[in-house]
Amino acid sequence: MKVYKCFRILGWDFTITPVRFVLTGFVALMVVAVVLRLLTGFQYVTNLTDETPWGMWIAFDVMCGVALAGGGYSTALLVSMFRCKQYEEVTRGALLTSLLGYILVMAGLFLDIGQWFNFWRPFVSWGYTSVLFEVFWCISIYTTILSFEFFEIITERILVKKLHKYVVKILPILIVIGLVFPVLHQSSLGGLFLIMKEKMFPLWWSEFLPIYFLMSSFFVGSAMVAVETSLAKNAYGHEIRHEVMLGMSRIGAGVMFAYFVLKLYDLFEKHEWGYVFQGSLQSNMYCIEMLFGIIIPLIIIFSPLSKKRGGILAYSWLVVLGVVLNRLNCVFTSMYESGSYFPGVGEIIVSVGLISMGILIYCFLVENFNIIGNERAVQIKIDKDKDIKNLIWTLLRTKKR
Amino acid sequence: MAVLVDITKCIGCGGCSVACKLYNKLDFKAKPRNKKDGKVELDDNRWTVIQANRTQDKLRFVKKQCLHCLEPACASACFSKAIQKDEKTGAVVYYPDLCVGCRYCLVACPYSIPKYQWNEQFPQVAKCQMCDTRLQNGDAPACVSACTTGCLTSGKRDDLLKRAHEIIDNDPRYVKHIYGEHEVGGAEWLYISDVPFEELGFKQVSETPVTSYSKSYLSKVPGFAVAWALFLAGLGYYNHRVEKNKKSDDNDKGQEG
Repeated sequence: MKVYKCFRILGWDFTITPVRFVLTGFVALMVVAVVLRLLTGFQYVTNLTDETPWGMWIAFDVMCGVALAGGGYSTALLVSMFRCKQYEEVTRGALLTSLLGYILVMAGLFLDIGQWFNFWRPFVSWGYTSVLFEVFWCISIYTTILSFEFFEIITERILVKKLHKYVVKILPILIVIGLVFPVLHQSSLGGLFLIMKEKMFPLWWSEFLPIYFLMSSFFVGSAMVAVETSLAKNAYGHEIRHEVMLGMSRIGAGVMFAYFVLKLYDLFEKHEWGYVFQGSLQSNMYCIEMLFGIIIPLIIIFSPLSKKRGGILAYSWLVVLGVVLNRLNCVFTSMYESGSYFPGVGEIIVSVGLISMGILIYCFLVENFNIIGNERAVQIKIDKDKDIKNLIWTLLRTKKR
Repeated sequence: MAVLVDITKCIGCGGCSVACKLYNKLDFKAKPRNKKDGKVELDDNRWTVIQANRTQDKLRFVKKQCLHCLEPACASACFSKAIQKDEKTGAVVYYPDLCVGCRYCLVACPYSIPKYQWNEQFPQVAKCQMCDTRLQNGDAPACVSACTTGCLTSGKRDDLLKRAHEIIDNDPRYVKHIYGEHEVGGAEWLYISDVPFEELGFKQVSETPVTSYSKSYLSKVPGFAVAWALFLAGLGYYNHRVEKNKKSDDNDKGQEG
């Protein structure tokens, strides 16, 4: 087993791999786009119009980002509240992904607001009739709480004597507060759409939207943890036992089944079967979302296929992509008019840059703090220069098996 | 203050939109940003537009602008109170200083009325303010004052509703419907017409205010949050006790052994 070259600067490990060069390049591009956006407004960087005032940054970076960061609260709920101690080994990884997810979401939100120097207004000018007001407060508070929770891991290495014991003491309180807010704002992200009743396609609009968003953020949480650990396994040789992943996925799948039943109930109650098989763009997107994001994953997880690693991985990827599709459908497809919007180059550069930045920070933290089981993880070199190719190959191999 | 629009009387002179641009200091040179089916739609420099509709044998002009709902979705959606309904005049007014620029109002409005200054460095929302400063002085909105044909009349909403009902009840030409009386909870701007409203591009909406859905959701949130927090705290405390007992049990056993 080979490892990548690692530089130690002032006691911190910096590993350099070809992939990370590319990622850093993306981040640099993003910085340019961000500066341009903040100085010139939306006209050069985005393709937003009056018809599609919410574009890729809201639909993908914020809506999907928050949902995919649901892994932090769902594992915390299972491990610290329902005492499923067998899942403890994934909590730190999940916590880190959540924290990074939320920080990137905040960055995305900041870029998306027109008068960005006014971002603090809702803290003083309370528009309490707005669901967005609740989302804003909850996300702000929750990100703060998450950083405090993560501080425990940080203080294991630095400021050990000064701070660590205090952080450990307040941790139980932090965890309780840190479970209230994500539940509130995951549901209120769905609540955002309640006011758009007259605009949304009836298949997506429902009084249950807050519950749908909450449930889907819960089950996508465990799926995202599975995806993340499988990637970490490829890069760091860190493996999580199959039973752990299967158990977590099954709990998520249970919630997913309830979600599916509720969706069916909604269809029957509002007599919307006609819309489902209408053959229009909206109905087709709805069918794709339900079939590949919900029904097939449910079949995989409750069948013998789930005994294999590839089965769980396939389940997790489908669920993650299914939830992403659901969020995009809620923002775009359900309010589709002329379809003139496609994300501009600037929007894509910023989104890709944000994700790259997340990956880089994740790698740095994992390599310097005790997050995935060992004090400092080291990235394994799979092959000399065919890093990306091999990563994909290993993914494919695990699926075949 | 409310406005009654009698579509049968409009000749499409466009005087109202010119008055609007003059009074609100909008850019006359700006090219139309939004077009739909060949019709010019509202944008950041067009707070009101006149749209020509040819139906069968009739040519009708419809003035489009913010309807100033009684239960405005945009004001309810704003999380920094940058859009507020003026209690006295009934106008739904935008306060740019408070605006963050999230554009939730654009998405929330059932009629898609608010527009955005996409070309500005620090863009703001653009929509009809019903000339709120004029209303406060007891004047009519600029467009109403400019109307020469009597198509637009302003007054108290109740009086205008009464007059509108009189007109549509006594004149068989009119459609027996006042657009804006009940639409998503009612609006300050009322329309009567001799051509069915759906043929003139009016959006068919239900009578329930869209704000009622978010309101009923938000009213449940605090109770749920408290219950959930108490449940978690109780569970956390229970877990804590279980661990403590386990530890002391182990200690006892250790001492006995």
